Amino acid sequence: MDTQEAAGVRVGLMITCINDAMFPDTGKSVVRLLRRLGVEVEFPPAQTCCGQPMVNTGYFDEAVPMVRNFVDAFAGYDYVVTPSGSCTGSARHQHQIVARRSGDPGLVRAVEEVAPRVVELSEFLVDVLGVVDVGAYFPHQVTYHPTCHSLRMLGVGDRPTRLLGAVRGLRLVELPAAEQCCGFGGTFAVKNADTSVAMGSDKARHVLDTGAEVLVAGDNSCLMHIGGILSRQRSGIRVMHLADVLASTEGDAGQTGDAGPAKTEEMLP
Amino acid sequence: MSATFVGMPAFPEAARRALENTQQRHNLAHATGTIRDKRAAVVAEVDDWEALRLAGAAIKDQTLRHLDDHLVALEAALQERGATVHWARDAEEACRIVADVARAHDVDEVVKVKSMATQEIGLNEALEAEGISAWETDLAELIVQLGDDLPSHILVPAIHRNRSEIREIFRSAMGEVGRPAPDPLSDDPADLAGAARLHLREKFLRARMAVSGANFAVAETGTLVVVESEGNGRMCLTLPEVLVSVVGIEKVVPTWQDLEVFLQLLPRSSTGERMNPYTSTWTGAVPGDGPQEVHVVLLDNGRTRALADEMGRQALRCIRCSACLNVCPVYERTGGHAYGSVYPGPIGAILNPLLKGTGVDEQTDSLPYASSLCGACFEACPVRIDIPSVLVELRGQVVDAHRGGVPKPEAVAMRGAGWVLSSSARTARSERAAAFAGRLLNRLPGGRRQGDRRVLGSIPMPGAGSAWSQARDVPVPATESFRDWWSRTDGGEDES
Repeated sequence: MDTQEAAGVRVGLMITCINDAMFPDTGKSVVRLLRRLGVEVEFPPAQTCCGQPMVNTGYFDEAVPMVRNFVDAFAGYDYVVTPSGSCTGSARHQHQIVARRSGDPGLVRAVEEVAPRVVELSEFLVDVLGVVDVGAYFPHQVTYHPTCHSLRMLGVGDRPTRLLGAVRGLRLVELPAAEQCCGFGGTFAVKNADTSVAMGSDKARHVLDTGAEVLVAGDNSCLMHIGGILSRQRSGIRVMHLADVLASTEGDAGQTGDAGPAKTEEMLP
Repeated sequence: MSATFVGMPAFPEAARRALENTQQRHNLAHATGTIRDKRAAVVAEVDDWEALRLAGAAIKDQTLRHLDDHLVALEAALQERGATVHWARDAEEACRIVADVARAHDVDEVVKVKSMATQEIGLNEALEAEGISAWETDLAELIVQLGDDLPSHILVPAIHRNRSEIREIFRSAMGEVGRPAPDPLSDDPADLAGAARLHLREKFLRARMAVSGANFAVAETGTLVVVESEGNGRMCLTLPEVLVSVVGIEKVVPTWQDLEVFLQLLPRSSTGERMNPYTSTWTGAVPGDGPQEVHVVLLDNGRTRALADEMGRQALRCIRCSACLNVCPVYERTGGHAYGSVYPGPIGAILNPLLKGTGVDEQTDSLPYASSLCGACFEACPVRIDIPSVLVELRGQVVDAHRGGVPKPEAVAMRGAGWVLSSSARTARSERAAAFAGRLLNRLPGGRRQGDRRVLGSIPMPGAGSAWSQARDVPVPATESFRDWWSRTDGGEDES
């Protein structure tokens, strides 16, 4: 699909609860990026959370109203685009399990209708829009962490690194043991905090070994975990969502905020 | 061996203790990394690996669906060839059957082929209580037994030990139970293996009874199969007069043709070898050749419970290769003891609750949560057990088992979050409260920032906040949520 065709497609943005409350700039980056590529985007305001935190902790019953809310909010869109591999996986795979357990055949049908059209950002760009060069400019040394759900549940493969490889000015360096989990894992990060931190610390060490200025991934939740460790270590390495890098242009260079890898600063009281 | 998993704390606590052992963490990272690379290389050589995985899964599923028929066929074939078949509902029954055979032959020691089923039922301890010594002959099991230790891996039970630790165990413990280690003894692997060989030879030549498990049981001929790397199992299976094999009921395969698939999947997945060095098969008792009395104990011990679990029954496909352990980032850091069972790692995290049931004890209930759900185990499993999905299903069973009483703080929090997040109006309100807090926190003087965002260090409060912030900075909430930005700026169109 080229950008001409993209104009007629109804795209609903699924911003995810973490992005909504904690990382709204990533949502804004997705809007900016997709508009730049000629895609009309809508944000269905009825959306909340995909329910993954409940499902992955075993609270299936509690997730039923959330799944119901999700399919209501996103019914009728050609594509539901999400800046999260993990929440895409939840909508595509877990919603069916929750719906079946609810015993409501209407919900099962609604999920079957919506779930296949939920796509992660890099899938939408590469597979639906057919673009790899999104016209981004980001003059920094970057390393990429393939989050587990993007990698294994969705199988996004090399789509994100192909997109990053086409960003002007960006130098992509390989992350050692890239495919190993960072240890976030939703409530795993607090239920098994010690193990989670041990895994995250190893990930942070590998990031440091690359000498990159910025760590990029497709899930802000994983980045919050790794970034929280890097920040505690005063590493000076910034973490950024893939969308934030792809949305960057020459106009952003020199600005602070999304575009540049501003370092963690020590500020005196 | 007096060490026991009984009384092991729940996973988070056991893991915390394990993580403090830096030598063990180093040993585990090195060993799992080495096996992981070996496995990846030999699996990549096989063009039809995915087809083999699918075949392995299909054979096991089909067999499990008609397990009763296949077991009856196995029993008949075994009896026809002179073996005595026993059925054991649980560990206690199985141990009693083995002890009775030993007493009938008046033996006070047995040699053992490495076997997970006998570990599972605590056979060595049960025999010890009857005054019968059980000697492990697998090198790694011997290290664990002599070290008064517990196994921490399915295939390499002493994976958490390095060679200098093994040298010390041999020097201090071998003499107490048999032939002492040669003096001097270096920590060279060949030297250590030599010491074990001399120590074990004495036991092989003396023992009149052996105990084994089986990797597979072929129903059509009543043949049991053991695959191994050292040949010590073969010594046990051929030298003694009496052989007792404890076999989980899920080990049955209908035909020799089915076996072909697993003999390709197992060695590459487990030891990273194209073929295992020794494959022993035996069918009943053969006059004048090998053990003259052969007993087979068909063990349930929770397997029919697992079989009744629609999602969980796929765990019974497991061929105990331990590929999931070697790729698991949680296992790599905590080791096997933290799982409190002879079945550690991702497969243990599902198999133990399936065999024992959920809602029964805290330790077992903690196991489905001992995973970040990264999915590496599913990818590596040669019989395609979808471990992450079973983990999530079992978490649901754990939660459901605790519904009804006084709710745990977690359940209260989940219900509250579920209530807020099932309505966009409630979500927006709670986000506005968070954004307000974010603005306040951002305005406070001092502190550290990442970009334009303030980050919080350690938060001294009970529960999730301090669990998160003990080693991770926390970004304060954004000062305006995306949804509020969207409505304020008409989707960014009015942004100045």
